[in-house]
Parts: sequence; structure tokens; C-alpha cells
Amino acid sequence: MSAEPVSTPAAPARPTGRFGDAGRRVAASIIAVLLALACGAILIALWGVNPVSAYGALLNGAFGNLNSIAETLLRAIPLTCTGLAVAFAFRAGTFNIGAEGQLMFGGAAAAAVGLALPHLPPLLLIPSMMGSAMIAGALWSLLPGVLKLRFGANELITTIMLNYVAIHFISFLLYGPMQESAGYLAQTDRLDRATTLPQLIERTRLHIGFLIVLGVVALSHFALWHTSWGYKLRVVGLNARVALNSGMAVTALTVSAFLVSGALAGLAGYMEVVGVQRRMIEGLSPGFGYTGIIVALLGGTSPLGVLAAAILFAALQVGATTMETAEGVPSTLATIIQGLVVLFVIGRGTIDLALRRRGSA
Amino acid sequence: MDTILAFLTDPVFVGFLQATTRLAIPILLAALGGMFAERSGVLNIGLEGMMLTGAFVGFVTAFLTGNIWFGVLMGTLAGGGLGLMLAFYTVTLGTNQVVAGIAFNLLVVGATSFGYRAVFGMGTAAPRVTSLETLPIPILADVPVLGPLLFQQTALVYLALLLVPLTWVIIARMSAGTAIVAVGEHPQAAETLGISVARTRIFCLIGSGLLAGLGGAFLSLSATGLFLDNMTAGRGYIALAILLLGRRHPWGILLAAALFGGADALQLRGQGLGIGVPYQFLVMLPYVLTILVLIGFAGKVRDPAALGQPFRRAKAE
Repeated sequence: MSAEPVSTPAAPARPTGRFGDAGRRVAASIIAVLLALACGAILIALWGVNPVSAYGALLNGAFGNLNSIAETLLRAIPLTCTGLAVAFAFRAGTFNIGAEGQLMFGGAAAAAVGLALPHLPPLLLIPSMMGSAMIAGALWSLLPGVLKLRFGANELITTIMLNYVAIHFISFLLYGPMQESAGYLAQTDRLDRATTLPQLIERTRLHIGFLIVLGVVALSHFALWHTSWGYKLRVVGLNARVALNSGMAVTALTVSAFLVSGALAGLAGYMEVVGVQRRMIEGLSPGFGYTGIIVALLGGTSPLGVLAAAILFAALQVGATTMETAEGVPSTLATIIQGLVVLFVIGRGTIDLALRRRGSA
Repeated sequence: MDTILAFLTDPVFVGFLQATTRLAIPILLAALGGMFAERSGVLNIGLEGMMLTGAFVGFVTAFLTGNIWFGVLMGTLAGGGLGLMLAFYTVTLGTNQVVAGIAFNLLVVGATSFGYRAVFGMGTAAPRVTSLETLPIPILADVPVLGPLLFQQTALVYLALLLVPLTWVIIARMSAGTAIVAVGEHPQAAETLGISVARTRIFCLIGSGLLAGLGGAFLSLSATGLFLDNMTAGRGYIALAILLLGRRHPWGILLAAALFGGADALQLRGQGLGIGVPYQFLVMLPYVLTILVLIGFAGKVRDPAALGQPFRRAKAE
């Protein structure tokens, strides 16, 4: 927890490598997912349910018809945002475990603007809600960034602590100044129709926010791999000292990574408020910020990988709800499978180790 | 004089003192565990998951067997088991310590919640166990301030408090402690002295898990008598800050944890008394305090030189 914390060597730094590396990484990720699903099958069997029918229900719930596909993609929206948020921080050699709190602030800001300016034309209203959500998320993530750079306070712990602060502060807002006029629940009034994002598929909840997120993924990919900012960010993440010695503004780059990260988490909050809840509520996020860490790791901290991982976990979560109703297996199984996926991804050195042992024996 | 004594023995104040210790103990135990890991050079982000594992396994065991102490034992061992698994990742595989710790924490949240439903069904009723009884120590319990703080507690509190001098003896007065510190400061040098870096770190992580698991079991079996999803609520991370505030030293950690327990007890009392501050701000206090600790102490406490770095033994040619 010193001024030069653990995070410098940190993160799943992408092995700068030869040509086949990307393919091998994807293969390793797929194997990790399959292994985790196999472990999940064992748990389902122990629960007393046939794993094949449970997974069948899960698949059906995630992709069975147009509506379930729409629900899966709808769930992938916030997961992609928080996954990208964590990935950008990883790339810069820092940890953002605070996406959960940043998301909450983003959601609250979006709802506040939407409720305060309902008569603005949608063409102005929608961007200003989205913008304020991103700014709110970015500002909340600036705090741990400043605490790290100014005081050397480890961002791992500060971001987690700030999550709790954010959740309780939002709870205060929702029971206090922002509470619905009815005054019962910890939520704001319902947002006006003018704030709605147009539907993407008719008679489903999927909205054009999904296209916006696809755009954000493309933009992130471009920013990371085809701009000098992205290049510098990656150098800082791989080796801060080298970056400093070659004259890069390491502090400014780190701050920019925190800001981008927070803005993306704030965007997730906007999407949930506008596209799913239609108001700000106390439990807006069932852990999207934390799942974002897993999404980023499985996606190899690359934007396209994050998108794929987000859709996979979204399918797992949406399908698990169907599995719970149909087969009685608790949907928290999805959380276990997610955790196992990461452990298998980061544990892929086991195979090398086993081979080395055998070779030397 | 009488008024002072009357205040010191006032039931509200006595209750506050008892609560201070009750709230400090889980963090104290986790931080002591973190001390062994960090002194040997491993940043143990997994404390949170180890605590939650201990709380869950301890509760379930106690509920099913009807024996609280057997629950405490199993919760402690389960924490140690998680420590062993984390050691496999961070020491044997050399995985990034932070990533591995977070991955375990997230897995444990899901696994305990799933396991709870597996044991108690999907209903909403929260089963309870009779938590440990207060066991006042004769005479000492009547001493003002110190009595309620230290001698009007459960047997598990006394056990936890005894672990402070015990860990101090291990880390400061025994050769094992010297070896741990050597591994954390200069692993290469330690290896040349014949100390196995890998073995030392594995043992430290297991010890770390045992202590954090005990802290978690305390939470479910001594402090509350029930288990709730994610009931540790960040205490494992708070323990990392307490560790820093206590300068990675058992006595310092004891003081830091007591201070923290006091602040936590104060905010709980504040909620009960209704002092006009929205309760959310009171609940925030421990987390804000943790951030303030980090601001005040980061960079002022020297870290073990090898903290956070995986160690690879140089290949003998």
C-alpha cells in the first residue's frame, strides 16, 4: 500500500506476443467456461436435479425465443459498460473495483436530470441525461484517483469503501430529497415517456441503448489500439517507470483512465435507469460493478473480448432465473459459475506447471 | 467524582463499551491474519472471502450439530482451506495476488449464498443459533471501562484477545517470525539461508485464512447468531486498512481495531438514539474512516520490500 502499490506489475497485462497468442487466449477462455459449467453441473446434480434439463432450461431462458434473446442482450448492456470500465483501469495498471458505486451515481444523476427537465425536447433531454450520468460516474471515480496519486492511498480499498459510501448516500437521497411523491419506497418518481430510448426489437424491452453500447465498444477498441492516448495508457499499465522515463505524463494518463472508467460505469447506471427500471431505485445494480471485473478478466481486457464475455454472463444470469423457476435450482449458481470461470482463466498456468513437473521428473 | 463514576457505569456507556469489543474482534482477527500474509510478502485481498467462508461454514456446522464450538472450529478450518487455495494461485502459480484474491472473494459470495439455500431451502425465514453467552470474569468484570471492554464478553472474545500476544510472540520472538519477515523483505536472501520462500508463504496464507475464518465465525456465532448473504460487508477490506494503521504489528493492530470498533459502536448507538443525522450517514462512517486511515497512513508506513511480488526461484544451472 505504498506510493508505488501492487498495481504496477499488476493486472492481466496482455502478454506482448507472437501471432497465435490471441487465439490461444480465446481457446483458454473457452476451456475455462466449459470447466466452470462442468463444475456447475456437479452442483446441480448434488442439488438433486438433472444437469441436462437444468442447463436446458438455462439455455432456453437465455436464447429460447426472441424475447429471451432480447432480455439477454438487455442484460449485456450494463455488463459491457462495467466490463469496459474495469478493463480501461486494468490497462492503465490500476484497479477499479468501484464501478458499482460509480454506476449508482450515474443512475441517480440521469434520473435527477430526467425528472428536473421533463419538458426538454427528447433530442436534448436524452443526451443530457446520458452525459450527466457519465460525468457523475467520472467524478465519483476521480476521488480514488486523486487519493491514490496525491496520498498514495491504495485504490483497491478506497474504491470498495467508496462503493459502500455511494450505496448509503444514494439510499439517503432516495429516502430523502429524491424520494417519489407517494413517499413509500426508496425510489424516485417514474420518468416521463420523453426520456425513453426507442425500442430495438418490437414487443421486447431491448432498446437502442444496445447499439449505443456496441458503438462504445468499437470506440474503445479504436481508442485503445489506434490512438496515441491508448498506446500511452498501455505503456503506463505495462511499466509505469518506462512510461515516465520516456516523458509520458503518467499522472495525467492515470487520471484519464480513472475518468473514462468512471464514465463508462456511469453509463451503465443510465442504461439501467432509462432502459429497465424507468426510475432510480435503491437496488439498481445486482452487482454489475463486481461482475464487470469478471467480464474484464474473461474478455482479456480487450473491448471485443469484454463484449463477448458480457453477453455470455448475461445469458448465464438471465437463463439462471428461468432455471430457478423451472427446475428449482437457485439462480445464485450463476454467480458461482462466474467465479469459477475467472479462477480457471487465471489458473491456466496449472497445465504448464503439471507439464513441467512431469518433464523434470 | 461520583458523577464520573456514574457515567462510566451507566448501562448505555457500558453497552457501548461491550459493543466496541464485539465489533472490533472480527476485524482484529482478520487483520492479524493479514499481518502474516503481508509480512511474508503476499497481499491478501482474499481476507473478505475467508471471513465470509468462516461465517458460513461456522454457522451451518453449529446449526446442524448444535455445537457452537464445533462450528467455530470448522469455520476456522474452512478459512484456512481457502488460504491454502489462494496460496496455490499466488505462490505456486505466481498469479497476480490482487486478481486471485478478488476472484476468490466473488466466488465465495456466490458459493455461500448457494450453500445457504442448499442447507436451509429457498424460504425467507432466517434460522438462528443461540450465540455464545457472555461469560463475565469475576471481580475484573466490575472494573469500570476495562470491565465491559475486556471482561464482560463471550469466551470467544477472550480467545481472540489471547491471540494478540500469541501472534506477537510468533512474529517478534520466534525464529519462524524472523523467517517470515526475511521472506517478505528479501526473498532471495532468505532462500540462500535455506528458508523456502514458497513454503513460508503457503504457511502464512493458511494461517491468514485460519485467523480470518475465525473472525468470520465470530461474526455469525458470537456477535449475531445468524448468517446473512454477504454479511461481512467489506470487513475483510477494512481489515487491510486496520493492518496499515496498526503498522502490521499485533499490538498496533489491536489498538487500531479497538478504535475502529469504537467508531462503529458509536454510529450504531447514534442510530438508536436518533440524533437527527440521517442514519445512512452513520452507516457510512466506518467506510469513511477507513478511507481517512488510508489517506493518513499510506506512504508513512514502510511496506515489506517484496510485498505483492510473486517469487520465482532462480533455476540452478
